[in-house]
Amino acid sequence: MQRLVILGGGTAGTVVANKLRAVLGRHELHITVVDRDDAHHYQPGYLFMPFGIYNTSDIVRSRHKFITDGVDLVLTEIDRVDPTYKTVHLADGRTLSYDVLVVATGVAPRPDATPGMQGSEWGNSIHEFYSLDGAQKLTEAMRRFRGGRLVVHITEMPIKCPVAPMEFTFLADDWLRKHRIRDRTDLTYVTPLDGAFTKPVASRELATALTDRQVGLETDFAVESIDNDAKELVGFDGRRIGFDLLVTVPLNMGPDYIARSGMGDELNLVPCDQHTMASLAHPDVFVLGDGGTLQTSKAGSVAHFSAEVFVANFLATFRGQPATHGFDGHANCFIESGNGKGMLLDFNYATEPFTGEFPLPVVGPFKLLKETRLNHLGKLAFRWVYWNLLLPGRPIPLPGAMSLAGKRVEDDVSAAATGMPTAVAPASPTPTRPAPVTKPARPRLETKPLVTTSAKPAAGAPARKAGAPVPAYESRTAVNSTADPAVILPDPIIPKF
Amino acid sequence: MPTTMIAGRPIDVNSEGFLTSYDQWDEALGATLAGLIGIEMTQAHWAPIRFLRADYPARGETATLRRVSQVGGFAIKDLFALFPGKPAKKMSYIAGLPKPKGCV
Ligand SMILES: Cc1cc2nc3c(=O)[nH]c(=O)nc-3n(C[C@H](O)[C@H](O)[C@H](O)COP(=O)(O)OP(=O)(O)OC[C@H]3O[C@@H](n4cnc5c(N)ncnc54)[C@H](O)[C@@H]3O)c2cc1C
Repeated sequence: MQRLVILGGGTAGTVVANKLRAVLGRHELHITVVDRDDAHHYQPGYLFMPFGIYNTSDIVRSRHKFITDGVDLVLTEIDRVDPTYKTVHLADGRTLSYDVLVVATGVAPRPDATPGMQGSEWGNSIHEFYSLDGAQKLTEAMRRFRGGRLVVHITEMPIKCPVAPMEFTFLADDWLRKHRIRDRTDLTYVTPLDGAFTKPVASRELATALTDRQVGLETDFAVESIDNDAKELVGFDGRRIGFDLLVTVPLNMGPDYIARSGMGDELNLVPCDQHTMASLAHPDVFVLGDGGTLQTSKAGSVAHFSAEVFVANFLATFRGQPATHGFDGHANCFIESGNGKGMLLDFNYATEPFTGEFPLPVVGPFKLLKETRLNHLGKLAFRWVYWNLLLPGRPIPLPGAMSLAGKRVEDDVSAAATGMPTAVAPASPTPTRPAPVTKPARPRLETKPLVTTSAKPAAGAPARKAGAPVPAYESRTAVNSTADPAVILPDPIIPKF
Repeated sequence: MPTTMIAGRPIDVNSEGFLTSYDQWDEALGATLAGLIGIEMTQAHWAPIRFLRADYPARGETATLRRVSQVGGFAIKDLFALFPGKPAKKMSYIAGLPKPKGCV
């Protein structure tokens, strides 16, 4: 009998186990899920804790209750994977053999990675909300806050839920106003990015939302250390940003067992195919959720959509059919913007988040990148959807593949237009500038097969073992552009830095 | 996407001026690109640029500062001194590679 081992019983691991068990019986496929403990956290809920909107009991559920009967749940720390011998070594000494391995152990905050983050001010004036413990401590700190310099900070990208620090800023602004201390508070958003967000249209809309709230924006900030005595963030470029309360998002990294197994990059992320999520080094290993290198947001919606693609391909292969499904990078994120309102982002590898409408029968349409009450309700409803539909693997009325219906497509800002055509560039079969579609989207519960070539690693992408040494540099002879001489501009375009 | 003359050669670039073809780059072009943004290349400058060039093809994405420092062994502080302000972006421009993905 085939053995499937799933490492991590969080969002992606739980969805995959439940969806496969619903279709394949115990006599057909043996499924094991490994996680270190029995507490499943609804992580999007951490954001709301510091403002007293959710408490711990809203966020934590027993893990095994959400994993269906007929799946072995092993509760222990993962020590190491041996991909050559297809074996997982557990911290308690046990080993598990697999035919197919799913790595779904996500990423976690690493405050120890930044000098001074866990100094004397850690838990006093330096806080984070990317863990339950951190969110609980920050709840206390917010209660004690009487005004001063409140700094919201991202250490380094990528982080899971890249909009969460922005949402924290909006909610903090609202909360400070309600507590009548907004006029005594300097609120600043500090990011390593060159704008409020990565993608141009979303960046512009979010920057406006910050300006409207009199929030300072400090961009391109690469933190070198935190000076606990002076209470200042210190940048590599010499900038210093003082705070009375610092809410930081520490470096996000995959677990150390990935490094011990020689499977990860410098952030312990496992390099994987953009469409099939297969590990580039080991074709029988799949990386779902935050722990891989998909060039889209690390978000619950991505974990869910990509898990659907994996399940469809796994079932096809199991039945001896070709695996034709390909993930398009679809992410769908509600952004809480305070004052009972929210925004919605919807994008994929090829299409950046645009404004417009997101059609959804009965409850929709939701407005994209605009603050509305309905988007806020969508965000709150997501907790119910998460526990009751998403984790159990029930159909969710959201299409797996992104649709352009309703989106106000803007010129020359599509993600594909700024990327370089490369061996592993995502969504290569998609045209650079997608034509606007006018037909309303019909929600589908099945994932849409992409053009078949996209489900394979693109041609010319040599699979390289993660952690393998970087090849030696060779100086080579350059070729010239083959563009029509008539269109060649005489002067270079010099980027603004 | 535009094509512009740089160092006397036709070169494909994106709307910001970053090269879009790995194979159109050589060190002479790198030195010209550096000059355009006010950087004069020394041996200390070339070392991380060569690391970026060697690292790119198999991964299909430009190394982040973290990767340049952890895998390449260059101190981030030094990179800020060599390529002031925005080393990740300046280095990728000079190396003829896309900006490292700030991520999504
Ligand atoms: C503050 C915050 C707000 C967020 N808001 C949103 C939102 O609004 N919308 C959205 O879509 N997403 C949001 N997310 C992101 C979302 O929670 C994640 O993207 C999603 O949970 C990823 O799923 P995953 O299965 O990859 O990882 P996880 O759900 O994190 O699961 C990983 C599992 O692996 C286990 N594990 C790790 N290492 C080991 C080990 N060595 N041994 C044993 N077990 C191990 C962990 O215990 C964990 O259970 C938010 C996240 C945070 C932190």
